[in-house]
Amino acid sequence: MNLTFAFFDWGVVSGFILKGLVFSVQLTLVAMVGGIALGTLIALMRLSSKRWLVLPAAAYVNTLRSIPLVMVILWFFLLIPLLIGRPLGAEISAMITFTVFEAAYYSEIMRAGIQSVPKGQVSAGYAVGMNYAQCMRFIVLPQAFRNMLPVLLTQTIILFQDTSLVYAVGAYDLLKGFEVAGKNFNRPVETYLLAALVYFVICFSLSMLVRQLQRRIAIIR
Amino acid sequence: MSWDWQVFFQDTGSGQTYFNWMMSAWGWTLLVSACALVVALAFGSLMGILRTTPVRAFVWIGNAWTELFRNIPLLVQIFLWYHVIPSLFRPLQAVPDFIAVVIALGFFTSARISEQVKAGIQALPRGQRYAGLAVGLTLPQTYRYVLLPMAFRIIVPPLTSESMNIVKNSSVAFAVSITELTFFAMQAQEETARGVEIYLAVTFLYFISAFAINRVAAVVEKRVRVPGMIGGGK
Amino acid sequence: MKFLSKTGFVLIAALFALAAHAQQLTGTLKKIKDSGTIVIGTRESSGALAFTLGDGKYVGFHVEMCERIAKDIQRDLKMAKLDIKYQPVTSQNRIPLMQNGTVDLECGSTTNNTARQKDVAFAMTTYVEEGRIVVKANSPIKGIADLNGKTVATTTGTTSVQTLRKNKRAANMDFKEVFGKDHADSFLLLESGRADAFVMDGQILAGLVSKAKNPADFKILGEILSVEPIACMVRKDDPAFQKAVDASIVAMVKSGDLAKMYDKWFMQPIPPANTKVGLPLSDATKNAWMNPNTKPMEEYALP
Repeated sequence: MNLTFAFFDWGVVSGFILKGLVFSVQLTLVAMVGGIALGTLIALMRLSSKRWLVLPAAAYVNTLRSIPLVMVILWFFLLIPLLIGRPLGAEISAMITFTVFEAAYYSEIMRAGIQSVPKGQVSAGYAVGMNYAQCMRFIVLPQAFRNMLPVLLTQTIILFQDTSLVYAVGAYDLLKGFEVAGKNFNRPVETYLLAALVYFVICFSLSMLVRQLQRRIAIIR
Repeated sequence: MSWDWQVFFQDTGSGQTYFNWMMSAWGWTLLVSACALVVALAFGSLMGILRTTPVRAFVWIGNAWTELFRNIPLLVQIFLWYHVIPSLFRPLQAVPDFIAVVIALGFFTSARISEQVKAGIQALPRGQRYAGLAVGLTLPQTYRYVLLPMAFRIIVPPLTSESMNIVKNSSVAFAVSITELTFFAMQAQEETARGVEIYLAVTFLYFISAFAINRVAAVVEKRVRVPGMIGGGK
Repeated sequence: MKFLSKTGFVLIAALFALAAHAQQLTGTLKKIKDSGTIVIGTRESSGALAFTLGDGKYVGFHVEMCERIAKDIQRDLKMAKLDIKYQPVTSQNRIPLMQNGTVDLECGSTTNNTARQKDVAFAMTTYVEEGRIVVKANSPIKGIADLNGKTVATTTGTTSVQTLRKNKRAANMDFKEVFGKDHADSFLLLESGRADAFVMDGQILAGLVSKAKNPADFKILGEILSVEPIACMVRKDDPAFQKAVDASIVAMVKSGDLAKMYDKWFMQPIPPANTKVGLPLSDATKNAWMNPNTKPMEEYALP
C-alpha cells in the first residue's frame, strides 16, 4: 500500500483536526482543574480523623480506580440523562466524567503530597493560633501541591492521552478529528499514523517539560 | 426505574443466554490481559534493564522504546497495530486481531514496566553491581545473579498495580473487534435496552478481576518480601 | 375560550370544547400549544435518515419529514409561531427521553418492535430498512449461503450483530465475525481485506459504497437478511398526537411530497460531501406508505 499525505493540507487541519484538538485540550484542562480540586478535597477527607469522612472518600477512590475509564464514560453517558431528565451531549458528559474519574487519581497523588509535609509544621501552625483550614490553606497544601507538581502534571499527560476514549460516546476529540478526516479523504491509514505522530509530539514534549521542572524543583528543595 | 434481571436469561439469538455470553466475554478480558501482561513483563524488563547498562546504545534503545510507547494513547496504538501496520506490510494481515491487541496492550504496558524495572535496579546500592563485577561475574551474570533478583522483589507492588491496570486497559480492545466485557456491555445494551443492569454486571466483573489480582499479588508480595527493608515485614 | 367564559356560557363553551377541541387540548398537543415549541429528537448519524451538519443543524429524510409534520400541527393548532427545537438522542437514551417528556417526536432510525411498543408508540412506518451484505466486486460470495467459513464484518452496537447471529444459527453455518467500532471502520475491514463481507442496513451500505475511493470495487448483494420497519417515535397513550402525526404523513404520501423527499435524500447528492446514496425506493417502503400501519418488526416476514 502506498502512503500519500498530499491530502493533508491546512484545510484539513483547520476543518477537522483543530476542532478536535481544541476539545481534547479543553477536556484535559477542565478535568485537570476540577479533578485536582475535587481530588484534594477527597484526599483531605481520607486523611481526616472522622470515620464518616474517611469511608466515603476511600470508597470513591477505590471504586473508580477499579473500573475501566471506558466503562465510567459509558456509565455517565447512560445515567446522567436518566438522573437529570435531559441529555447533556457527549462533550459535557465527558467533561463531568473525566473530572469525577480523574479526581480519584489526583486525590491519591495529593494524599501522598500532604503526607510528605512534616507533622511538626502543622503543630507549629496550630501553635501560632491557626485553625485547621488555615493550616491547610497556608502551610500544608501549598507545599503538597508544589512537591507533587511533576506527578500531577504527569497524570495530566496521561489524562490527555485518555481523552481519546471519548469516542465511545461519540464526542469529537483530537483522534476523532483525524478519523473523520481519514474517512472523508479515504485515507484512514495515513490519518491514524498522523494521529499517532501528533499525540507523540505533544505528549513527549510535555513530559520533557515536566522532567525539566522536576529537576528544578529537586534543586530548590 | 424498575429492575429486569431476567434479561441475562434471554436468548441472544444464537442459542446461548446473555449470561453465558457475558461469561465468555469475561474470559476474553482475562485472556487478553494475561497474554498482554506476559508480553509487557518480557519487553518491559528487557528495556528497563537495557536502560541501566553502561552501554550507551542500549540505554538509547531502552529510552526510545519507553518514550515511544508511553507517549501515544493506547487506543491509537491499537489502531496502529490493527489498521496501519497490516496495510503497510500485507503479509501481516493474516495476524489475528487477538495478537494485534495483545501486542498493542503489551507494548504500551511494557513502557511503564520498563520505568519500574529501571527504578528498581537504580534503587539498589551501586556497590552491588561493582561487587558482582569484582568477583569476576560478567555483566549479564551480574544482572542475573545479583541485581535482578533484588530489583524484582522491590518492584512487586508497582507491578501489581500495572497488572490491575492491564485488565482495565483491556477494555479498549473492543474497538478492534475483541468480544470482551466492554464490547459485551455496548452490544448487549443496544440489543436489550437494559443498560443499567448490563453495565452493573459488567462493572461487578471488573471489580472481581481487580480484587482477585490484588489478593494474588498480596500473597506474592508476602513471599518475596526482602527482610530488613521498610515494608519488608518483621 | 376566554370570551365565552366571560360571557357566562359555560355550558355551551364546555360542549363546544368537547366537540371540537377536547382531543387537541391534551397530552403532547397541549404541551406544544402551551409552550409554543416542539422538541424533535434526532440522531447525529443515521445515514440519510437523520444526521448532523454540525452547529446544531440536523437534516435527513426523517428530519425533513418531521419538520413538515411540525408545520402541519402548527396549522391544525392555529398557532402563529412554532419553534422547532432539536435534541440529539442516542440509542441508549431515546426511549427514556421520550417517556419523560424531553422529546415530543423522535425522527431518527428507530425500529418499531414489540419490546419498544411496551414503552412508546410509533407513527406509521415511513421507511423499511433491509439488512444486506456488501462484498468486493470480484468476490465469489453471492448470498448468505456463501459466507460459510468466511470472515464477516458488522458494527458494534447495532442490531445487525443480532441479525447475523440469528442467520448463522438458522442456516447452521460457521463464519468468523469481526466488529468495527463504527460503520466506516467496518467498511475499512472489508476494504483492507480483513473481512470478506460486511452486513448492515442497506441504506448505510449504499452510503458507504457511494463514498468509497472507487464505488465500482464493491457490490451490494440482492439477498435481504432482515426487514425492519423504521418509524417516528411518539409518546405512548397519546392517540390525539399520534393521529395528527399520521394524518400529516398520509397527506405527504398523497401529495407525493414524501416521495420527493425520498428522492432528495436517497437519490440526489446530499451534504456534506455531495455524494449520492443511490438507493431507489424499495417495494417494502412503498407498501408501507400505501398501507399506513404500525406493525412491529416481528410481523414482517423476509421476502
